[in-house]
Amino acid sequence: MIENRPILNIVSHVVLIFGVLIVALPIWITFVAATHDPVRMTQAPIPMLPGGYFWENFKQTLFGGGLSGTETAPVWRMLLNSLFMALMISFGKIAISLLSAFAIVYFKFPFRMGFFWLIFITLMLPVEVRILPTFEVVADLGMLNSYWGLSIPLIASATATFMFRQVFLTIPDEMLESARIDGAGPMRFFWDILIPLSRTNIAALFVILFIYGWNQYLWPLLITTETDMTTIVMSIKQMLEAAEQSPQWNIIMMTALLAMIPPVFVVVAMQRLFVQGLTETDK
Amino acid sequence: MASITLKDLVKTYGDVEVLHHVDGAIEDGEFIVIVGPSGCGKSTLLRMVAGLETVTSGEIRIGEKVVNQLEPADRDIAMVFQNYALYPHMSVRENMAYGLKIRKIGKAEIERRVQEAADILEIGPYLDRKPRQLSGGQRQRVAMGRAIVRNPQVFLFDEPLSNLDAKLRVQMRLEIRKLQQRLGVTSIYVTHDQVEAMTLGDRLMVLNGGYVEQFGTPIELYDRPATLFVAGFIGSPSMNFLPATAGGGALILGNGASLQGAGHASGSVTLGIRPEHLLPDENGPIRVSVQLFEQLGANTLVHGVLEGTETDVVASLPGHVSADPGTIMGFTAPAKDLHVFDPATGRRVEE
Ligand SMILES: Nc1ncnc2c1ncn2[C@@H]1O[C@H](COP(=O)(O)OP(=O)(O)OP(=O)(O)O)[C@@H](O)[C@H]1O
Ligand SMILES: [Mg+2]
Repeated sequence: MIENRPILNIVSHVVLIFGVLIVALPIWITFVAATHDPVRMTQAPIPMLPGGYFWENFKQTLFGGGLSGTETAPVWRMLLNSLFMALMISFGKIAISLLSAFAIVYFKFPFRMGFFWLIFITLMLPVEVRILPTFEVVADLGMLNSYWGLSIPLIASATATFMFRQVFLTIPDEMLESARIDGAGPMRFFWDILIPLSRTNIAALFVILFIYGWNQYLWPLLITTETDMTTIVMSIKQMLEAAEQSPQWNIIMMTALLAMIPPVFVVVAMQRLFVQGLTETDK
Repeated sequence: MASITLKDLVKTYGDVEVLHHVDGAIEDGEFIVIVGPSGCGKSTLLRMVAGLETVTSGEIRIGEKVVNQLEPADRDIAMVFQNYALYPHMSVRENMAYGLKIRKIGKAEIERRVQEAADILEIGPYLDRKPRQLSGGQRQRVAMGRAIVRNPQVFLFDEPLSNLDAKLRVQMRLEIRKLQQRLGVTSIYVTHDQVEAMTLGDRLMVLNGGYVEQFGTPIELYDRPATLFVAGFIGSPSMNFLPATAGGGALILGNGASLQGAGHASGSVTLGIRPEHLLPDENGPIRVSVQLFEQLGANTLVHGVLEGTETDVVASLPGHVSADPGTIMGFTAPAKDLHVFDPATGRRVEE
């Protein structure tokens, strides 16, 4: 589809710009709202240009008590909680699924395919489906209001196991055989050969899983009762409801803005590897 | 350096036996080529020696040691794979050093050996490149380098040249041979290319359908093929096979012509004559009705059928020859170049 017609060029640009505007508009409004004082935000029509209160709002949101008149943790604390949770989930998922895919592809043990399908059917059991029993287990283990409780129930991952299995299957058998002749044991082969060869896939998966972890809402809502353990995604919702008076849009929007930064950072930083990992086929 | 002994080796996959009671004694420093058609079990046999396939029954000895149960790394072998199997994420240097690093050999010693192998193979300039930045021939050398640095007792090659173009293959063939002679390491080389086999091997093991058809020097195989299969497989263009009846030291061909030199054979036999052993002779007993000529420059291949029969005959004549299709040409063949086989067993009838 390489054509050289100016009209077509203009049309495609218009379409693209239109698309970008649709995506960018809510983000722009969020940004603008975060730069005004609370009073201006309650007046209609809502402003479309930035105001001068960005730093005040920023400081009050990040380090202050957040919303006035409520008992929420400072936002930096929530960001940290979210970050821990997202990192633990993504590293945990990657480590566990790498190991299980390694076992399933490279070891012959009884019921190997049975285990594979067992892992596979857990695809049908995301945390939302098993939320009550999982809560019960986590509560019994005394992991409520802890990072372990936030992350461990979300760590098992059939999708990632399946993906790594596919990646390993594309690695030629000769790679294993020459490693065996070179004297590499199983774990050595895993570290020295498999991990480097799946590097881009690991990176791609990390991006996806980080965002998945960051965006968790229902599970953290259920198991955190202490304000110190709340995550940022769930608090945005709470902030909306918390205030008796009309919502303080400037603070809420600033929180939303801050909540967007880490995922955006991860995507931008890992973009190149991410694209390679999803498209690269040659090994 | 070591000898290799194969004793009564059997390999089965499930119920299917793919190697049947293979025996062979390989001497220290010998270059052995295993050759045969696709699917005959060459790779399987080689991989059993390497330790990548289990031995169903029988025994493999390297030197004096029975290695049946040893891991590949403990057999003191090095293997070059058809697709090279270089580690794509490591540089050439790291690829060659990896096995040594695992064996906990000192840094300086590793560096020395890698450098030495790189000098021998002339890959010094590429040491810091990744395999994907090399041409096929260069990758081939790196794969060899990885084998050399290990200083193994045995080299194993599984069709290492089949991914190269024809010219490079001939060049690498010579280099492998020179290298092996220089290092004096016992080697087993698998190929399905009989020219490669003839030029490389001290001795050839011809495999067919999991059976060893013959194990001997290239000249033995050429001069005295033990079976119809070996006779047809070794030599190019391949041997002519003519049905004949033997009796009283003479051979009667399908069209009634008679040749001397049947030895002790009697009854119906298959007569084998190599195309290059058919000598033009106006009055020769083998009369061929010519169909076409293939001009190869140095020699000419005459294709035709034995007069009065449907049996194809190919003769290779020196220089340029031509005649009209349908012409009858006469040939003789010296008695020493006649190979007589028993058509029922496919085995050579001994004189
Ligand atoms: N893992 C396996 N399971 C079952 N049968 C196998 C297996 N590996 C090889 N075979 C069979 O064993 C026979 C010998 O295979 P092998 O790979 O040794 O052939 P080869 O002589 O190396 O052929 P080629 O020249 O095509 O490489 C083949 O008939 C093949 O189908
Ligand atoms: Mg093979």
